[in-house]
Amino acid sequence: MQLSRLCLVAAATVALASPALAADNDTLNIGFTVSQTGKLNTDSVAQMRGFDLWRDEVNAKGGIKVDDKNYTIKFVSYDDESQNGRVQQLYTRLIAQDNAQFLFSPYSSGLTATAAIISEQYGKVMLTTGAAEGKTYELGNKNLFQVYSPASEYLSGALRVLKEKDPTAKIAFVYEDDPFSKAVAHAALDLAAKEHMTIVLDEAYSGSTTDFGPIINKIIASKAVVLLGGGHYADGSTLARQLYDQKANLKWVTLLVAPDSPKFAELGAAATDISVPSQWEPQVTFRPDFGPTAQEFSKAFNAKYGVDPGYHAAGGYAAGLILQRAIEQANSIDPAKVAAELNKMDVTTMFGRTKFATDAKQHGLQIGHDMVLAQWQMKDGKLTKEVIWPAAAKTADIVMN
Amino acid sequence: MAGLLASVVDGVLIGAVYGLAAMGLTLIWGVMNVINLSHGAIIVLGMFALYYLSSVLGLNPYAASPIVIVIGFVAGVLLYWIAVHRVIGRPHLMSLLSTFAVNMVLIGLGTALWSTSPYNVSVSLPSVSWEGYTYTGTHIMAAIIAAVIAGLLYLLLYRTRIGKAIRAVAANRAAAELSGIPTTQILALSFGLGVTLAFASGMLIATLFPFTILSGGAYQLKSFVVTVLGGLGNPGGALLGGIFLGLIEGMATPFMPVSWMPMIEFTLFVIVLIAFPRGIFSFSGT
Repeated sequence: MQLSRLCLVAAATVALASPALAADNDTLNIGFTVSQTGKLNTDSVAQMRGFDLWRDEVNAKGGIKVDDKNYTIKFVSYDDESQNGRVQQLYTRLIAQDNAQFLFSPYSSGLTATAAIISEQYGKVMLTTGAAEGKTYELGNKNLFQVYSPASEYLSGALRVLKEKDPTAKIAFVYEDDPFSKAVAHAALDLAAKEHMTIVLDEAYSGSTTDFGPIINKIIASKAVVLLGGGHYADGSTLARQLYDQKANLKWVTLLVAPDSPKFAELGAAATDISVPSQWEPQVTFRPDFGPTAQEFSKAFNAKYGVDPGYHAAGGYAAGLILQRAIEQANSIDPAKVAAELNKMDVTTMFGRTKFATDAKQHGLQIGHDMVLAQWQMKDGKLTKEVIWPAAAKTADIVMN
Repeated sequence: MAGLLASVVDGVLIGAVYGLAAMGLTLIWGVMNVINLSHGAIIVLGMFALYYLSSVLGLNPYAASPIVIVIGFVAGVLLYWIAVHRVIGRPHLMSLLSTFAVNMVLIGLGTALWSTSPYNVSVSLPSVSWEGYTYTGTHIMAAIIAAVIAGLLYLLLYRTRIGKAIRAVAANRAAAELSGIPTTQILALSFGLGVTLAFASGMLIATLFPFTILSGGAYQLKSFVVTVLGGLGNPGGALLGGIFLGLIEGMATPFMPVSWMPMIEFTLFVIVLIAFPRGIFSFSGT
């Protein structure tokens, strides 16, 4: 009798413990590189922080649920030193040695184009974020999925503002000589020409440029009152500072990427009235189909890192959300099934709408997301970044000198 | 016309700083036949020295300049004894390898300490504006300081006994030794002076542009071009060569993309090597 009771208790214990035992998590490896060093450092680390926040939140809730399994997200990442050569080596390593089941892209169009070659060779699904150049998606890929709006959209907002406010303004295009900035500039040059706007300078500079004096003298000589261009954080912030020092007297300046970073405010007066095309701002009011709102994300990011997120961090976080959604919808971590869900996806997250092109000519290109234009404005002695366009999303009026 | 003048003036101002950097390289070559491949890394150390004194310790960048110069001299003398003394008089490959090794060590240590993120020294001076163009106070001050340092070097080399000893060792070390000049100490002093000039140019560049631990490569290349323009072993020629290079860049940039400048520089480099192997300004030699 006592033995049978003991067996009963043991059986009950095992039965109660079974769900816990069965719920031991498997691991889902996601691989990517981060530019911990090199000129892309500032923006890349911001993107990585978005990835990290997403991973920590998912794992805190028990991981991604697929059937009766919970997958703990594990990142495998390396420093690509902002170099294409390192990206090539490291993505091969992530796939072949580290068994990364899914990939996130590095930061920047140039590095992502290199990573995409490797990911496609191995048939791995890669969510690209921090990479806007559209050409990468025109090379016949099957497993790339772009989170950002393409480069062709970046300066369209600024040009629309100029068309409305000062259609005869003389415009100087000065931009970094790299795939992303050139793609943005060339698309904008085409649009400006179609709109019969006056282009007085078109010049690219090396990304390692620190002396913008000769270029700024050319801008002044061209009698331009508008400057559109820039590249990434290091060169963009230096250009902004030197434009201020040399009193270039431009009535409107839109620079890519750099002004979106909260760090840009450290330039003080040199940052005032500079605008930036933005993939996302904390003030956006998208109603997400799943995941947090923009404000909830911003609050969580600030709590973890002590700074407000820019769009690089938001893009990183959104990449995680979108991948998670696709895995959950597919109820599988099989890459083909996840890719099929990504191809069908048309959702809204804290980042905005996400929908991928599925035709072979531009597979994975982001066709659902809209950009905004933000501007640093001095209010009561403090610099704040306001959304100024489109009108439906704005938090402040446009300031044009 | 105002635009061309602005470009030329800017070119000459920054050219003076490049000339100062090249003076360090050419002085070392002229005295001891060593091509210092760690020249670029040393320029960057000058930048970081100013950064720490001004941004971390809060000193005014220009007031901190003498401290940077003293640090540069001490570092140069130490570097001589560690990496250069034993390869003096040996085949050139040994001194190239030795200084290249120093370069790699400095960059490796620097990357570990400071990563490759950009740094800035915050400096603000009143600027001068004319016809819509602005000549920043920092550029003007950098050129003035470069000229003053070059002038002090001239006085040292031509108006002091130590300078006479340096020129004697540069001309004929054996004869200088026989005359009672302690040539080893003079070589250490000369290397220290060369490194001091590199530190000083790094310090001035830091007041103008952001920098990283990897910034030295570009300035080292410019120093080689300027050294060839001025004549190897000719500090006075190096300063003039730097100003000349700045002048050429200033005259060219209004008419062509700025990204073509390296092509202009190195075309000039090749032409001078072929047509003026002793340098364009070799008449102003030591």
